[in-house]
Formats: sequence, C-alpha cells, structure tokens
Amino acid sequence: MATTIIFFVLAAIILGCALLAVTTKHIMRAATYLLFVLFGTAGLYFLMGYTFLGSVQVMVYAGGVVVLYIFALMLTGRSDNQKEKSMSVAKKMAALIASLCGAAILLFVIISQKFAATVLTAPNEQLTSIQTLGQQIIASDKYGYLLPFEVVSVLLLACIVGGLIIARKR
Amino acid sequence: MITINCFLILSALMLFIGVYGFLTRRNTLAILISIELMLNAADLNFAAFNRMLFPEGQEGYFFTLFSVAISAAETAIAIAVMINVYRNLKNNFVENLDKLKW
Repeated sequence: MATTIIFFVLAAIILGCALLAVTTKHIMRAATYLLFVLFGTAGLYFLMGYTFLGSVQVMVYAGGVVVLYIFALMLTGRSDNQKEKSMSVAKKMAALIASLCGAAILLFVIISQKFAATVLTAPNEQLTSIQTLGQQIIASDKYGYLLPFEVVSVLLLACIVGGLIIARKR
Repeated sequence: MITINCFLILSALMLFIGVYGFLTRRNTLAILISIELMLNAADLNFAAFNRMLFPEGQEGYFFTLFSVAISAAETAIAIAVMINVYRNLKNNFVENLDKLKW
C-alpha cells in the first residue's frame, strides 16, 4: 500500500515537473524543473530496490549534467536571451497534436500487451546486491560487463578531449 | 498495486512530453533539456522491465548504468558545441543556425 502511494506521488511530481520544464519561458527554470524530474526518477529507482542505480542517477544527473546545464545557461544567457520568443499558435498546436497522437498510439500498444502481472513489492536490497554488481561489472565471462565498462571509459576520455577541442578559444 | 504497466505508462507520457518540448522549443539548450527527458524515460523503462519481468537478471540495470554514462558524455559535448555556437553567433536560437542550410 505504501509502495502504491509513493509511486503515485513520485509519478505526479515527475509528470508535473516535466510539463513545466517544457512549457516555462525561462530556461533557468526549465533546468530546475528537469532537476526535479531526475530526482523523481531516482526515487523510482530506490522504490524498485535499485539503490546503486538511484545514487548514480543523483550523482551523475543532479551533480553533473544539471550543473553543466546551469553553467552553460549562465555563460550563454544575456537578459534578452533568457526569455525565448514563443512560436506561432498553429505550430504549437501541430506539435501538441503530433505528441498526443504518438502518446495515444504508444499507450494503446502498452495497454493491449499482456505482461506478466508481477506486483511491485517493498524495496529489497538483497534483490540486486552491490557485491553481485561489482563482480559482474569486471567479469569477462558470460554475464560479465568488462568490455562495455572499458568502452565507456574510452568514450569518456574521447568526450573530454572532444569537449576541450570544440569549446577552446582560438 | 503497481504492475509494470504503471511504469510503462509513466515513461511513455514522459517521452512524449519530451517530444513536445523538442518540437516547440527555439533555444538549443532547451531542446537539449527535452532530449534529456526522453533519455530519462528510456532509462526508466529498462530498469522497470528488469525489476518487474526478470528480477533475477541484471541486464536492464547495467544497460541503464551505461546509458546514464553515455548521456552525460553526450550532454558535455553538446554543451561544448552550444557554447561555440554562442561565441560565433552571439545567441542560441535555432532559426539563426542556417549556415549549413541548402
């Protein structure tokens, strides 16, 4: 019961803040609402018992990505630049209709599927223990993730070099 | 009674809110924020499928972990590009980015 209530509270926070993030005129507020959406998603991961994933979400998104956004907004934002000119009403309506149709199709597909009716139980730390995760991420056998782990580290290195080259002053 | 459908409906709505933002925004950074919403919806789906349909495995869990790392890298590069665009054009609106338009 408590799980149900927490889920719906988090879902309401996520959907409300997501709607505000795409409709508000101030970009800085949009970044703040995005932060709340990401916190809500981290809360859902905690609710599922995936505590490590939830803390990664908080550290990387809230501590990294949103801070990057705010720095970029401060670097590029003039006072006349913070508020964006709004689109014509016809274009907005077209975008709204397109996304509503897409959402309707996707929701129809999801609801007409017969998934296994597993009910979410209370969070259980033993379901995916941190020990299993740590052993799997550096294992190179059948269920190991050593190769993607190394590839991601090379990708991050390439990303650092690329970011420096793109954003440096000439 | 939270079944997998609740998670899927939530992430579908989040995805299409992101699509709406992507279609209506003019500022490139606001477009990036919408893309971040869509990525987040996909991550939630991976974790929910893992937890609700196959709790013994860890595939969705690891996929979400790597997806978070890759989206952080993507954001860093995209923001570097935006800052470079701002340096050249003095603003950040998509209608000014037409040098490559044919």
